[in-house]
Amino acid sequence: MKNKFSLFFVIIFLSFCFVVFYKGLNNSNTYAPTIKGKKKIPIFEAKDFNSSVYLNSKKIFEEDNFYILNIWASWCVPCRTEHPLLMRLSKNQSVKLIGLNYRDNLNNAKKFINELGNPYSQIIIDDNGTLSVEFGAYGVPETFIIDKNKIIIRKFIGPINNEIVEEIKLIIK
Amino acid sequence: MKILNIFVVLFLFIGFSHLKSDEKNDELKSKTLKNIRCLICQGQSVYDSESDFASSIKLIVDKKINEGLKEDQIYEFLREKYGDWIIYDPQLNKNTYILWLLPLLLFLAGGAIIRKKIHKKNEK
Repeated sequence: MKNKFSLFFVIIFLSFCFVVFYKGLNNSNTYAPTIKGKKKIPIFEAKDFNSSVYLNSKKIFEEDNFYILNIWASWCVPCRTEHPLLMRLSKNQSVKLIGLNYRDNLNNAKKFINELGNPYSQIIIDDNGTLSVEFGAYGVPETFIIDKNKIIIRKFIGPINNEIVEEIKLIIK
Repeated sequence: MKILNIFVVLFLFIGFSHLKSDEKNDELKSKTLKNIRCLICQGQSVYDSESDFASSIKLIVDKKINEGLKEDQIYEFLREKYGDWIIYDPQLNKNTYILWLLPLLLFLAGGAIIRKKIHKKNEK
């Protein structure tokens, strides 16, 4: 009786482990934490992409508008795929797009923008990645939705797609 | 001559104390970086990684140490940006109660079982 009970317990335990690991195999291995609580945008100074003049965050996000901060780089292939969607979003009057050029060569970045178009109302440079860390970013591409109170309300890790664009449109409505 | 000697001693003292503080900062930096997880790497700390993410974190930690922040304050800054996951040594809070208390409970339960068994054996 005791042996039967032990065997039953072992089988149940192994089945449980199998289910947990099997489910884990299907999960994405990218870590995307949910942002707890509302976070204001960090206070920073960054170099302007076109003029190389230093601008502070208050000046960059000065309008009473929704903002989309998109982290991109010319060497980033997924940035190329999401670029037409950003161009589409830039036509929307109720939102302003800010580009954060991440660890890039300025000439290559300018070529990228000339070739694919400029969806951003302002581009700032993050040549060592520290500004992205202030935003809590992992790499490129990454997109943050900032509301009128300058609070980050949504974060998308990886390239945006049509579904995300629709979600953004709903948020900024 | 005496004044010159005093200046030399002072100069050496200031020079060495500066070196010592640099050494202290380097120690603090490597200790802190070893306890920060590289979130885009597979099982590596920021200290061991050469990824873009890790090198940005290294620069940030360096900057924060130079600004005079303590180890815990740096962890708090990163925790606020990336959540508890970024630190290898998690703090005791409502999300980590089970993590901290489960080993203790298992240890106590194991101890109780062993005690019961020994007690039974002695009775026989």
